[in-house]
Amino acid sequence: MAESLVVQTLASVVAASSPLVFAGIGETISEKVGVTNLSLDGSIMLAAMTGFALASLSGSVWVGIVGAMVVGALIALIIAVSNISLRQDQVAVGFVLTLLCADLSSFIGKPFVRIPGPSMAHMPIPGLVQIPILGPIFFNHDMLVYLSYVAIALTSILFKHTQPGLKLRAVGERPEAAFARGINVNRCRYLYTMLGGALVGLAGATYSLSVKLGWSYRHTAGFGWIALAIVIFGGWNPLRVAFGAYLFGALGSLASILQPSFPNVPTQVFQAAPFALMILTLLLVNAEFIERLPLYMPKFGNALQRILQGKPPAGLGKRFESD
Amino acid sequence: MKLRERLSACALSAAPFVLTFVFCSLILLLAGANPFAAFSQIISGAFENYRKIADVIVAMVPLLLCASGMLITFAAGLWNIGVEGQMIAGAIATTAVVRLLPLPAGWMLPLTVLAGMLGGAVWGLLAGLMRTYGKVNEIFGGLGLNYIATALTNYLIFGPWKPADGATMSGTDPFPANAWMPVIGDTRASLPPIIMAVLAVLCVYLLLRNTRWGLRLKAIGMNRLAAERMGINTKANMLLAFAACGALAGLAGSLQATAVYYRLIPSISGGYGYLAQLIVLLSLLRAEWVPFIVFFFAVIHVGSPRLELRLQLDSSLGGILQGTIVLFFLLMRGIREVVKRRQERING
Repeated sequence: MAESLVVQTLASVVAASSPLVFAGIGETISEKVGVTNLSLDGSIMLAAMTGFALASLSGSVWVGIVGAMVVGALIALIIAVSNISLRQDQVAVGFVLTLLCADLSSFIGKPFVRIPGPSMAHMPIPGLVQIPILGPIFFNHDMLVYLSYVAIALTSILFKHTQPGLKLRAVGERPEAAFARGINVNRCRYLYTMLGGALVGLAGATYSLSVKLGWSYRHTAGFGWIALAIVIFGGWNPLRVAFGAYLFGALGSLASILQPSFPNVPTQVFQAAPFALMILTLLLVNAEFIERLPLYMPKFGNALQRILQGKPPAGLGKRFESD
Repeated sequence: MKLRERLSACALSAAPFVLTFVFCSLILLLAGANPFAAFSQIISGAFENYRKIADVIVAMVPLLLCASGMLITFAAGLWNIGVEGQMIAGAIATTAVVRLLPLPAGWMLPLTVLAGMLGGAVWGLLAGLMRTYGKVNEIFGGLGLNYIATALTNYLIFGPWKPADGATMSGTDPFPANAWMPVIGDTRASLPPIIMAVLAVLCVYLLLRNTRWGLRLKAIGMNRLAAERMGINTKANMLLAFAACGALAGLAGSLQATAVYYRLIPSISGGYGYLAQLIVLLSLLRAEWVPFIVFFFAVIHVGSPRLELRLQLDSSLGGILQGTIVLFFLLMRGIREVVKRRQERING
């Protein structure tokens, strides 16, 4: 009995974390190629609204999902155009889009507030779901959750083992060197920023169609900022970013499980916890003592440092012009 | 040729407004509303009578204070996104003074102002310390602190500062009369906050233009490493900028509590901090432009709730207008630069 409760909880953590996985991986791709998409909080919200609205109107969740991805990619395109072609500050444009998309989601989404609508069909994977413990945790969900595993695996392989991934990283780290090697730096940046944006849009659809069903005013507020922090926490490495997403998801579930058992602790403590945690993790991964870890601990210091520390792509936020 | 250039320059600077108008009209048509009816409702909602105009001035006060504070941090190249939280911290500190100190009338209001500035400065310093000593980007530090400040307000309203007849989203009990800023006639505007807001903009204008500290901040903003080499203590100056901006934002929050709501409410910052960020972006960091943009934004802010009453539209259209205008402004500025560069290349 106790075991099945743990399994159930872990399964719900995996499901609840999947939007953060999509958003974190999408942002990682975008930053890895050198473009910060700061608009995540707004992008996810507008995509969640679009996804739910289109799914409701068409009756098909897949129409909603594709629509949400298009919205995410278009917002990323605005950031790419303004930064790469028009030389505007990425942070400024990203921030404006955060506010603008949130307001757009409230305005356009008004008719869809708290109406019943379609959601992803529950779809256990036959065979795999029979695996003891792991089966019910990982393979007893819907299609979007499985897609989040695919996103983690594909991005990780893309970065590490493929030629396009090598080019992508070169563009993000040393745009000049990449250009000298004949890579079209800016086209590469456009492409992957939009791909990352599409994944961010998918994160929105995952909220409104799978994790936090439906639409309400500022339905996903705050998650975008968490996802942005997870990318830093994960050191721009897809596997670690995914780990960070599951960690935040787990702590969120933990809070909602613990809350009834601690009636004396004000609920606001649980509301603020993810953001306090966000600050603490960022303080940790940026802390100076990590630099000195190998000195303190000759044996494990290096390994621990590699785990905790991550360096941003050297070309992040740097514009590139071929002339 | 000259005339044509001037005309195209004119067209380019009008373009953000035209594009915003077109974009928002399309959004309104999508929502099944008449764009002209919506825009005229916003305008009439803000200028209908002198009390409405006074409301525009009331909305201008926090915007002016927050925007002038942000000019200081922007000068040092810092994105102080935590202004919302700094407003909230100011309002909490003010409420604490009102609730905990039994002060005579003449002392109460000045002390609430000081408490608000102190509260905001402390909250600003927290983000600053994270940035300078913890290496946490001020965007994340500030945002995290915004959410924490909101949670803290809710905790206070639903916990220790709960009204006698039960806690609700409408906030704490009203302040005693000695903590109310005096109003002008039967409007909601109050003179001391207006004076403080005008003084804040003036001081920041002079600070950035005519003082050594302003020059130092700009040096840090342009090239932090070079400033460091020149012997400027960049960390201390950045912290000071955060504290100054926090103090102005805290003052804004304090005045929302003592001159607008007369209590602490859950969303006391009301999004003014984020709105001020847009204003500063649109001003290109020039203090002299800030009052005009603040006026324009305040008109939209006060006029748009009308849309819900009269046209059953969501008042977030106001935010869409404000956001699109800044977005198109940034994009058009980029296009103008590209065109200019191309012309220079053609002319040799």
